[in-house]
Amino acid sequence: MSAAWETVIGLETHVQLRTKSKMFCGCGAAFGAPPNTQVCPVCLGLPGALPVPNGEAIRLAVRAALALGCTVNPKSVFARKNYFYPDLPKGYQISQHEQPLATGGTLSFISSERGAVSIGIIRLHIEEDAGKSIHDRFAKGTAVDLNRSGVPLIEIVSAPDLRSPAEARAYLSTLKQLLEYIGISDCDMEKGSLRVDANVSVRRPGTAALSTRTEVKNINSFAFVEKALTVERDRQVALVESGGTVTQQTMLFDSKENTVRPQRTKEESHDYRYFPEPDLPPLVLTPEFVAEQQSDLPELPSAKRDRFAAQYALSREHAAVLTANRTVAEYYENVVRAGAEPQAAANWVMTEALADAKDHQEQLRVPAGALAQIVALVKGGTLSHQAAKRVFGEVAAKGGDPRTIAESLGLIQVADTNVIEGWVTDVLADHPSEVERYRKGETKLMPFFVGQLMRKSKGKADPKLAQRVLEAKLAS
Amino acid sequence: MSDAKAVADRLTKVKRLNALLTPTKDLRKALSQQAAAARPTGVLYGMPVAVKDNICTLEFTTSCGSRILEGYRSPYDATAVAKLKAAGALIAGKTNCDEFAMGSSTEHSAYGRVLHPLDKTRVPGGSSGGSAALVAAGAIPAALGSETGGSVRQPASFCGIVGIKPTYGRVSRYGLVAFGSSLDQIGVFGRSVHDAARVLSVISGRDSRDATCEDRDPLRLPTVPESLQGFVIGLPREYFPPELDPAVRRACERAVRLMKEQGAAIREVSLPHTPYAVPTYYVIAPAEASSNLARFDGVRYGPRFNGAADLRSLYRSTRGQGFGPEVRRRILVGTYVLSAGFYDAYYRRAQQMRALIAQDFRNVFDRGVDLLFTPTTPTPAFKAGEKLGDPVAMYLSDIFTVTANLAGLPAMSIPIGRVKGLPIGGQLIGQAFLEDEMIEAAYALERVVPATDEA
Repeated sequence: MSAAWETVIGLETHVQLRTKSKMFCGCGAAFGAPPNTQVCPVCLGLPGALPVPNGEAIRLAVRAALALGCTVNPKSVFARKNYFYPDLPKGYQISQHEQPLATGGTLSFISSERGAVSIGIIRLHIEEDAGKSIHDRFAKGTAVDLNRSGVPLIEIVSAPDLRSPAEARAYLSTLKQLLEYIGISDCDMEKGSLRVDANVSVRRPGTAALSTRTEVKNINSFAFVEKALTVERDRQVALVESGGTVTQQTMLFDSKENTVRPQRTKEESHDYRYFPEPDLPPLVLTPEFVAEQQSDLPELPSAKRDRFAAQYALSREHAAVLTANRTVAEYYENVVRAGAEPQAAANWVMTEALADAKDHQEQLRVPAGALAQIVALVKGGTLSHQAAKRVFGEVAAKGGDPRTIAESLGLIQVADTNVIEGWVTDVLADHPSEVERYRKGETKLMPFFVGQLMRKSKGKADPKLAQRVLEAKLAS
Repeated sequence: MSDAKAVADRLTKVKRLNALLTPTKDLRKALSQQAAAARPTGVLYGMPVAVKDNICTLEFTTSCGSRILEGYRSPYDATAVAKLKAAGALIAGKTNCDEFAMGSSTEHSAYGRVLHPLDKTRVPGGSSGGSAALVAAGAIPAALGSETGGSVRQPASFCGIVGIKPTYGRVSRYGLVAFGSSLDQIGVFGRSVHDAARVLSVISGRDSRDATCEDRDPLRLPTVPESLQGFVIGLPREYFPPELDPAVRRACERAVRLMKEQGAAIREVSLPHTPYAVPTYYVIAPAEASSNLARFDGVRYGPRFNGAADLRSLYRSTRGQGFGPEVRRRILVGTYVLSAGFYDAYYRRAQQMRALIAQDFRNVFDRGVDLLFTPTTPTPAFKAGEKLGDPVAMYLSDIFTVTANLAGLPAMSIPIGRVKGLPIGGQLIGQAFLEDEMIEAAYALERVVPATDEA
């Protein structure tokens, strides 16, 4: 990209709320059920059926708003967004328009280009999802699955504060982390529980006014966010540099071709005729309810990261890894609470525990208490690091008490000088020429002797003690 | 209890009115099944209640008087219907109505017009004309209708029976096919105040399926008062314009005199925004209707009409042929007033006016008036075809009734006299959720008014 252009991006993110039931009826909201099995008169839009708001969805939406630092409006209004489509059974989507649930928040992260940035959140509102049109399942027509019809969503609209595709990606991953932290969504783009549309424009640096923007849609994987926006940004720059002008339109991203193409204008010439939803009274939230949700929020990722760095004397990078998700952060703190030294615990969690979790459906299989014990056994000299890894593997696979397992596997380090002296005598007898060389000043052979001794002891010798005894014998 | 067969026979006897859409065979079968299943302890045990065709019932089709829902069977009962059944009532078929309740004469039904029981050349009013005609003809003691702008009170007035529209939020709308959601309420017809009131009492009360239904106990039935002592009844001058039909005026004056004789204090009052009520109504109701009727697209239920080569032509042919001209007119008006660029000028202004109209009523009630009394309609039942070519003239027959819908207030019509054999209705408008006071006054008036005498 030419440095002569500044990219301006704003994101509209749809997030499916993690509720048992749908936004306006009692049907299940789970993903993956057989088509049209989680439906009732309300979400099918049958004549006479009426919506009733899901209190849990509202609570989760309020949590999200508060975590983003938004002002939760004491009164918000549901509105109908009218358009015709077969997967929209009522002919309108219940959303919020003029009076959204919440307004005016921020989301902060470290931009690789600009350092710490704070992105404005313009609004956050509640809406219901539409059903799904399936165009490729039947040769002769389109099928409609209404399981998703009425599933609760929030839409989070950012200000046009992002300055590069990389920042857009960082914004999204920070948002995803935050929303997962507060437990309101599983934010799985592949399952469609997090969807993003982007508004993109380019302008000369130093310009205050926004240029004409396009909306990029169909970004259906996390990996495509940066790609799609780069393609569109480059398209606009090339267009403007060749003397053209950007027209306001919707661009669809094609991940196979890595291109964008304009959506047919017929598809987007909607006048949604928004008006207040007469079937639902205004949503009135008491200050007490909002305060309760605020105090109910867990420690948020950025605060937790800062605290970990300070409280446990960890590097910023280590603190970031350990706080990337809430389960790992809690696990780490439990390991420390169970008595493990913080840096050693961090090393174990970041390497062994996370590697094991990756291979086992993200399960942290070794209980925090057991890991703390393992760390302590290493520190106390009872287990070598190598032996400790074996014990970790055994506890992960079968459970049990680390010390008992170490004993039964014969991994306890021998720190008995008499026993070690016996091994030392044997090792020196086995390698007379090396002994000779060492005694002539070739002291770099020490690791060789230690290695031989460890082999002889089958790894059980305390290496530090072994070295001390070796040094003493060789010096005599 | 009534014998199921006798009920079916009585309904069949008035078939010529075209008031009932349910075929006789289906009716007989459904009535005998319901009679066998009805709970003998219910307060309406054995009472046949006919239901307007825009209220969902498991037993019969629910077509809303429209071709677009021809043969449509609801998989559930409306809450009001479920409550009737739980009280032991028998659902006595579905009644003809203006298509999607849009009309004031029941001439806008895809299944033909309903005849006035006393004069077949006249209309029974609408949109709940089928329900009103059946009750007026003596075929059943009570029926459910629905109101958006007077569709129970106006036909009750035309047919000489009692019609009650409760406070918005008193009766669940779940299962009432929506027309103007912020105005719609299920209402009841009865041959007497008592019949209407006891059915209303059964269908009223909280419902977790309707977020606009108030969390209140069912309406408690008042007793018949000794007198109207202590009642302050207001006569809004805007409802007695100089051009009011003289017989209607005479009937109202007689009713007022009788209420005064029973001890009521009569006070002239003003509701200054009344002239704006009909235009306000004809912005808000079509706006909501244009959205409410969007679901009838031929995709999921109801008949599809020919020409469905692609999605757009499916929509066009189904909606173009499935809806009648009055429904299409209102969808067009509603779509227009909600469009970008027109919303502020029409819909938003209409909502502001609606608030002023509601405030008019509060102002009067705040000054010690308990109830308002007005004519229900400007004229008695008009001739069939008389207003079909002039939508605005048709709309103006709701001029005294739309205000209660706009303000969400309870209101009812009771017969107060006749002119040349045609019934005249008087309207009582009450305060929100004070149906009991309104019904008390209606009991008192009903007892003394010569309802079938010429005014």
